[in-house]
Amino acid sequence: MLEVQDLDAAYGELRALAGVSVRVGSDEIVALVGSNGAGKTTLLRCIAGLTRPRAGRILWQGQDLGVLAPHRVVERGVAMVPEGRRLFGHMTVEENLSLGAFSLRARPARQATLDRVYQIFPRLAERRRQLAGALSGGEQQMVAIGRALMTRPSLLMLDEPSLGLAPRVVESLLGVLLEINRAGVAVFLVEQNVRAALDLAHRAYLLEHGRVVGQGRGAEVLADPEVRRAYLGPLAVEP
Amino acid sequence: MRGLVQQLILGVLLGGLYGLAAAGLSLVFGVLRVLNVAHGELIMLGGYLAFGLVTLLGLDPFVALLLVIPLSASLGALLYAGLFRFIVRHGEETRIKNSLLVGFGLALTFQALAVRLFTADERSITTAYRGRALALGGVVVPLGRLLSLLVALLLIALLHAFLRRARWGQAIRATAEDWEAASLLGIDVRRAYGLAFAIGTALAGAAGTLVSLGYSISPSIGLEWTLKALIVIVLAGLGSAFGTFVGGVVLGCAEALSAVVFGGAYREVVGLLLFFCVLVARPQGLFGRS
Repeated sequence: MLEVQDLDAAYGELRALAGVSVRVGSDEIVALVGSNGAGKTTLLRCIAGLTRPRAGRILWQGQDLGVLAPHRVVERGVAMVPEGRRLFGHMTVEENLSLGAFSLRARPARQATLDRVYQIFPRLAERRRQLAGALSGGEQQMVAIGRALMTRPSLLMLDEPSLGLAPRVVESLLGVLLEINRAGVAVFLVEQNVRAALDLAHRAYLLEHGRVVGQGRGAEVLADPEVRRAYLGPLAVEP
Repeated sequence: MRGLVQQLILGVLLGGLYGLAAAGLSLVFGVLRVLNVAHGELIMLGGYLAFGLVTLLGLDPFVALLLVIPLSASLGALLYAGLFRFIVRHGEETRIKNSLLVGFGLALTFQALAVRLFTADERSITTAYRGRALALGGVVVPLGRLLSLLVALLLIALLHAFLRRARWGQAIRATAEDWEAASLLGIDVRRAYGLAFAIGTALAGAAGTLVSLGYSISPSIGLEWTLKALIVIVLAGLGSAFGTFVGGVVLGCAEALSAVVFGGAYREVVGLLLFFCVLVARPQGLFGRS
């Protein structure tokens, strides 16, 4: 279980997170929604070890992650799919995926995990020898998710996986997240596509100006008139 | 005509060493995003190390190379742990600035140290086969330099294979392309940096060995080699070991040609001209990726 307690983070003078507390249970899908600049990415970066929080604690399976380097966080079973996918464009699909099995945690099971990723994304098996940079946006997102799965995570964090993808592709990706979750991986999802995220998630947090301003079951947050007005537009119909 | 071919052959032989010298600098620059302007001094130190091993222990220079490479790699690991480790903590722009400062300091230190230890005299390794040459239809190919070129090519091939196939080689490439993404896959980025710096220094040491074998070394050669390596990097672009090697050969040939056409005095000018033209016409380098 992931438990973030009273997290503060800042870039120079700019406060990004102010006393944020969130929890992700070991079998949950939890969504984090909020407008641009609300601090969603910062929260994920803190958990992944890419950004050092100013104060607060990040407990993962009872252990504080706050001081660990990113590769140590990965070794403890927390993976992150960064915004914009960040693939190694000059390497093949399979090289990208194999690099996910770099850590000691994942290396022994490399081939088995690779087979599993190809089973989840048959499209990637067809394109294994192609350069990752030459794939379509949806395929690149598959590689990014596959690469994170190669680390054999217990918690998978995704930052805006649907960004720039066609609705049909988004739908199938979210379906994959559900499948991954059913296989026993907790999912922490940052999404702009609020409706899709809240539909999928068991629970959700609403982040604004670096603070948690709302939380609850996905459907509850979706029904909140404030959320509907701010994120779904004034004409959004009742669910 | 025969003179031209002769000069071109000498140009290729020297250019191969330019390529090897640049490969180390290119690796360090591409992966750590620091510009180690003391790279030429590392070449110089490698040359003296080889010279010492050959004259004191009576080793063949190519055997000495097998010792110079791990010793230089160790020096590189020390330099990383003691100095460059602190530079890579910063953002990219600060890295470049700080590495220039540290690099110039290192260059001066190594130069002064070398004058102290080895005097300012020019040295070069003499071997039984140094004077030998292959005569091919009127042109002469010095044997020692030919062997040096082949060794340089072999080292480039080994570097290429390491970066392509080895686990840590792939980690270094991933780190060069996007260190944050690499770290999110469990790659210890600091370790990849240290390893890349050690390999870069080992390549400098190897280049120094070959320079002292086919040419000569003195404490002050560092800056010249750093400049050549920089020109080659601009010429070839980042990201391909063989591309860098070819870039070195191109520079060697261009210098040789200009020596024939304009006379030896303009040798150095042509490299800088090439540097300028490539920057204007193809900033990513001849073989580089934009």
